[in-house]
Amino acid sequence: MRGRGAIVGVGEVAPQRNTEGETTLSLMAKSGLMAIEDAGLQLDDIDGMLVHPIGGVSMLTPSTVLEFMGTTASFAEVVDLGGASGAGMIWRAVAAIEAGMCKACVCITGASRRKRTPRPAADGKKKASTGWNIPDRSPFAEFEFPYGNIGANVGYAMIANRYLHEYGATPEQLAKVAVHQRDNACANPDAIFHGQPITVDDVLDSPMVADPLHLLEIVMPAGGAAALVVVGPELAATLPQEPAWLLGAGEQITHKTLTYAPSLTDTAIQASASRAFEQAGLPPERVGLASVYDCYTITVLLTLEDSGFCAKGTGGRFIDDHDLRWNGDFPVNTHGGQLSFGQPGIAGGMSHVTEAVRQIQGRAGERQIPDLDIAFVNGNGGILSEQVSLVLGAER
Amino acid sequence: MTAIDRPVPRPSEHSAAFWAATAEGRFVIQTCACGKAIFYPRVNCPACGSTELTDVDAGGGGSVFTYTVARRPTHRSFAEAGPYVIAIVELDEGPHVTTNIVDCEPDEVEIGMRVELTFADEVDGIALPLFRPASA
Repeated sequence: MRGRGAIVGVGEVAPQRNTEGETTLSLMAKSGLMAIEDAGLQLDDIDGMLVHPIGGVSMLTPSTVLEFMGTTASFAEVVDLGGASGAGMIWRAVAAIEAGMCKACVCITGASRRKRTPRPAADGKKKASTGWNIPDRSPFAEFEFPYGNIGANVGYAMIANRYLHEYGATPEQLAKVAVHQRDNACANPDAIFHGQPITVDDVLDSPMVADPLHLLEIVMPAGGAAALVVVGPELAATLPQEPAWLLGAGEQITHKTLTYAPSLTDTAIQASASRAFEQAGLPPERVGLASVYDCYTITVLLTLEDSGFCAKGTGGRFIDDHDLRWNGDFPVNTHGGQLSFGQPGIAGGMSHVTEAVRQIQGRAGERQIPDLDIAFVNGNGGILSEQVSLVLGAER
Repeated sequence: MTAIDRPVPRPSEHSAAFWAATAEGRFVIQTCACGKAIFYPRVNCPACGSTELTDVDAGGGGSVFTYTVARRPTHRSFAEAGPYVIAIVELDEGPHVTTNIVDCEPDEVEIGMRVELTFADEVDGIALPLFRPASA
């Protein structure tokens, strides 16, 4: 897949706590239109579309988005890999172009978010035990839900505890990830925590949510959207932006619920990242930016290890030994990561791709890494269950 | 952990036998001729692919593989529970199961701790399996 396609347009609706007046569909359409314009293309030039499942749209999601945007496509598909969906769209778009199914594919992610309505005051009445909303008829509903194994905090907390048991890392090492990414966010006006630096003590003094995860080690949900336009080499040569070439991709899915994962500490990133680097013909040492999924601080530590930037069990020390800021010796998540940029649903995962593209194109503003030529992106879905790794480069 | 008004599993055609056994105080796992023990009920052995799986009663012993203390409720049915332990227990037969560790303070739980099977009070014909620190 090396050099068979490139990202040539970026559109983003910056994360916001409250997107009142917008729907997921309207945010996705806006980011999609921005990306198409950024690419120097017209809506009619787009003949491929990749989207993710949208809450409230039970099926036929691609045609729903296409119709809303007023266009058509010769290739359209849903990518359902959770936080890895954005990265997963990129190689699928290149593969579709390579297969002759389309020429210009827009990959769109997004989520709306409302101000939380306060819970009604407890009336002391117990509800009937059968009244709970069991989510679906999957094994999850029977074997996880009744125990409160719901949402991501619990799963990543159990991963972190197991990692600390097997290998060890200090709370300060994990907190440093959040602190340096916050510093990066302070160089990114679009970040939700722009202008709000934090210290290691701030992280460790923040409330414990699920042991050992503190509040400031946990991603901030937001609304927003992100879209990218992917084209083949011939079209890329005619367009205004510097292409960010896809040099390698790898994907691996291992489980749905953590309980049934092959391992909690040797993740599927080992497989996805090694394939991406192999396809690119490049070693991890060549990477100038690690733009990796960071729903929690532990996710970053595990990703740095399993992508091959440091040996298994040495992630804590690696974080100690390196400056992860945009102007540091090992830049990680220069946009702030989702921890400090915000997580607008699936667009949170896509933000790692958009940031890598902007950095490669030299359009990252104040936080620009000088002369960046190779970026590594990792997308992570569910509870470390879906992994997509990408190697992106300035040269084909 | 105080009494919790838990979401009650709705057995599927495939899992009905597992849940029916809980009301009799049994935790059923599947075993394969290759030696693999399987939880939750599947169609095939994940190790060798065989579909010849036999139901057996697990011994009820295991150890904490990992856990967390949920300091904030993960679902509204746990709103009154206070901090509670969500854990992955490794059964002595091998499979990992999700559970809550009960009958102890959350801070007493640690990885490797021996635990034993217990059951929540039966609701709608289902007694939810739980684990507690193993008696000496």
